[in-house]
Amino acid sequence: MDHKINIDSTKYSMVWPLKMAWRDSRKSKGKLLLFVLAISLGIAALVGITSFRENLLQEINNQAKTLIGADIEIKGSEPLPDSLLLALYELAPEMSREVYFASMVYFPSTDGTRLAQVRALAGEYPYYGEIETIPVEASRKFQKGEYALVDEKLMIQYNVEIGDFVKVGQQQFEIIGRLQKIPGQTEIGATAAPVVYIPYNHLDQTDLLQKGSRVNYLQYFQFHPEVDTTGKWSQLVSLVDKKGFRVDDIEERKEETGRAFKDLSNFLELVAFTALLLGCIGVASSIYVYTKEKTGIVATLRCLGMKSGQAISIFLIQVGFFGLIGSIIGALLGVGMHLYLPVLVKDFIPVELTPQLSWLSVLSGVGIGVVVSILFALISLVSLRKVSPLQAIRSDAEPARFQLDWLQILVGFSILAFLMALIYLQIGSLQDAAIFTFGLLLTIIILGLIGKGLALGIKKLLPNSIPYVWRQGLSNLYRPHNQTSLLITTLGLGTAFIATLLFMQSLLVDRVSIAGAEDRPNTILFDIQTPQKDEVRQLTLDYDLPVMQEVPIVTMRLVELNGISKNEAERDTTITTPDWAYNREYRVTYRDSLIASETLKEGKWIGKVTNPADSIFVSVSSGYAENLELKIGDEMVFNVQGALLKTYVGSFREVDWRRVQTNFLVLFPVGVLEKAPQFHVLITRIDNNQLSARYQQAVVRSYPNISIIDLELILKTLEEILGKIAFVIRFMAFFSIGTGVIMLISSIVLSRFQRMRENVLLRTIGASSRKLWKIIFAEYFFLGGLGALSGILIAVLTTTLLGKFVFEFTFIPDFSQMILIGLTITVLTVAIGLLNSRDVISQSPLEVLRNEG
Amino acid sequence: MSTILQVESLTKTFQSGHRQIRVLDNINFTIEEGQSMSIVGPSGSGKTTLLGLCAGLDRATEGRILINQVLLNKLSEDELAQLRNQQVGFIFQNFQLIPTLTALENVMVPLELRGEKNIVSASKDLLNRVGLSDRLDHYPGQLSGGEQQRVAIARAFSNRPKILFADEPTGNLDEETSHSIESLLFELNREQGTTLVIVTHDQDLAQKTDTIIRLKGGKLI
Repeated sequence: MDHKINIDSTKYSMVWPLKMAWRDSRKSKGKLLLFVLAISLGIAALVGITSFRENLLQEINNQAKTLIGADIEIKGSEPLPDSLLLALYELAPEMSREVYFASMVYFPSTDGTRLAQVRALAGEYPYYGEIETIPVEASRKFQKGEYALVDEKLMIQYNVEIGDFVKVGQQQFEIIGRLQKIPGQTEIGATAAPVVYIPYNHLDQTDLLQKGSRVNYLQYFQFHPEVDTTGKWSQLVSLVDKKGFRVDDIEERKEETGRAFKDLSNFLELVAFTALLLGCIGVASSIYVYTKEKTGIVATLRCLGMKSGQAISIFLIQVGFFGLIGSIIGALLGVGMHLYLPVLVKDFIPVELTPQLSWLSVLSGVGIGVVVSILFALISLVSLRKVSPLQAIRSDAEPARFQLDWLQILVGFSILAFLMALIYLQIGSLQDAAIFTFGLLLTIIILGLIGKGLALGIKKLLPNSIPYVWRQGLSNLYRPHNQTSLLITTLGLGTAFIATLLFMQSLLVDRVSIAGAEDRPNTILFDIQTPQKDEVRQLTLDYDLPVMQEVPIVTMRLVELNGISKNEAERDTTITTPDWAYNREYRVTYRDSLIASETLKEGKWIGKVTNPADSIFVSVSSGYAENLELKIGDEMVFNVQGALLKTYVGSFREVDWRRVQTNFLVLFPVGVLEKAPQFHVLITRIDNNQLSARYQQAVVRSYPNISIIDLELILKTLEEILGKIAFVIRFMAFFSIGTGVIMLISSIVLSRFQRMRENVLLRTIGASSRKLWKIIFAEYFFLGGLGALSGILIAVLTTTLLGKFVFEFTFIPDFSQMILIGLTITVLTVAIGLLNSRDVISQSPLEVLRNEG
Repeated sequence: MSTILQVESLTKTFQSGHRQIRVLDNINFTIEEGQSMSIVGPSGSGKTTLLGLCAGLDRATEGRILINQVLLNKLSEDELAQLRNQQVGFIFQNFQLIPTLTALENVMVPLELRGEKNIVSASKDLLNRVGLSDRLDHYPGQLSGGEQQRVAIARAFSNRPKILFADEPTGNLDEETSHSIESLLFELNREQGTTLVIVTHDQDLAQKTDTIIRLKGGKLI
């Protein structure tokens, strides 16, 4: 044998990679800054939002009993029959009764009138939580005499003090307490309908409970500790339900409250994921650049005897450490955000939100940060093990041929599996998590193909006749070592996330805004009887006020839908018509034409019935039609205060519910309901507060039965609160967009590596600064433009799907917004690209090469 | 004296499109322990490729290479790395110091890689030997070209290699600095008994070695 088979084994030091990682990072801190920023912003959004959401759900859970104030609430438009009441009373002897209705209240001390929600209460309600009053004892004392509790804001507004009187109908009550909060009520609710509590046993004296009055009857029950809520109780509850009463328990209220925040919660989740994924792209891009820069060092160290695994471990230790730093910074920022969010949303949540630091969120945020840092960095880092030591002596040395790197594929699958697990943990649906992950993978593949297609297309189609600078700039997109595919993927993915978020943000903000701000009506007169109609109209005109809308309203109930009654629908489990369709009271109107807030979507609107024998075709709102799965021609039988009326669905209307005016689910043509018992609504606009007070007093004096809603005040507060919601949405969205910009910078910085030497060479052989700027501009303009365009198209698709399956609305792309996003991303890409290349142009070629070397 | 490097029927080809380019064609030579040898030839004659193959940085298409009787062809990439760490030293034309490490740390790397302890003083002695005792904590960017090459020489000798490969060691330096680097290289070579293989264009430098092999078009002439 003329040679040895084996060499002596070297005892490689385990500590050495650690030592090298630390030494190398001393001079690389600046280069890792983008990476730290990207991960910290992503983790901040994740920690902030998940902590907030957990906190909110926890508080809803903790305070669920106080949301309803009792174990069970039974609500109906008439009192519970005595037989049922007694049966329930046997099981839950703690019971309170409440009657509430809207009525004008009058403050004699200041001569003010205002529509309020009058609540007449008997019993110990609330059993959980408190009716909060000043003084505290007033909440229990008011039932013991002719006393009232009045909403604090109402008292301030009408300059009323404790000891003054409030007149409700015919009865005067002494105000003994300022009402601050009642169970389950939000700030916004209190403003829209300020509450006046009066004792139940003095309700009759108000003389307001006339037949046909719109009144709600409530019974609150507290369970006996030993009550069995499954047996007889549940039978009773289902009986109550069948009788058309609405039964609410703590669980249901909790779900309802949770559902009310579904949009916000879904949106916040979207924001958190967007920020995290953008952060991940930022990590992947910055580590890609970092890895490229370290190739030379690795080649040299390989010459000196470093093993391939050691190369990865040095930079993996750095990534892990800086990922940890970034994640900790992110978690701290997230905690800050979590502390600030409850302040932002306090007005529109029904629970007291005390920010509680969720260590689990913080720790899992830090953990997720480190794991995503390592996983997304590994995509590039694993390539270091393939760095040939030959590169130390030949800079152009590369692996002989392209080989499918199994480790990179493994890392790719690990990332997808991790993302899927993360999404699953957040939303709890494996199917949704799989769809999202698959969608993400598909998007990456499509974007990669677009990039390849662009490079190929330019190579084939680029004419020689175009000016040199443009030709050079565009050629950079397909020349060897081009980053076209990679940049189009990262830019496109980033744009897709940001654009989706912006589309969703606009849609959600739009959803909570009030249409027609300037000339909208601000005063609504309700309950005008038919004989009073013309007089009230004249009175309004006498005060120089416009009659903006005058609408007759007829109340009715749905008896049959396509021949199926409520009972039949309940028995047949295959019928999906919801209960409320039969239970609710329909307030409908009739007219011969559609108004500005209505758009005909399907069918034909027939505005007049001339012959009493003719079929009646009603128009229903498209949302209502969708919920009831109605088709044109479906038969609907209504009970109009005793008389049955057969109608057919003639058309679907899209109704803009955000407009301040009377809108209707069901619209009748003229010639049908004119003779039915009805009341009227008159809508006007009063610009002057004093005129408003005088007009309201004149109406109430002459027509005490008429209720007036002063919308100005409500709308102002409503807009203020909706503005706050919009701010929360924007605040969160911009957080993600911040991460997006960092991602954009990291992505573009990666192209620097490739272009630096080429541009320096062009400079060396005499290219002017102007020419170089143009070349760089052309390259980034096309990259940014196409990346943005691809991203926007993907965002349109994503938003449409999200709208349909998550947020339940139809997305109609706003082209001006799309153009704006496209232009912004393109301009940002070009600007960052030019900034990134400025030293190539401003410094001498030798200086640049020395710095880069 | 025993043979430290043995090259037998060495051929290296590259694929360029559909064409196969033969960069080295049937090269044979040996070099004894402690000897010095230079490989000279015009640009593109295959000098650097030959150096890369001899040092185990690249794989031969045909033929055999043995360093200190170890056949390189059969070794894995990591075994080659171990062999380089134990028996081979390098000096590069563009110095190839690690820019993020100080001069002292650069010299310590090969010893640290093999897990040796108490290496600071030995590394300092080496830097002292190459005249850089006052530059221990300087980063490569803070050193001149000549100083960087001195650090590279100190690093190359730090693991007491059996054979040292130098690729145009004075190619990036001015004449005066080149002379001092050459002297240093040969002095250390003699002191440590290391075998020296130099790739160079510089005929004067080549003349200072014990053997010269000439390459043209991938063949020994």
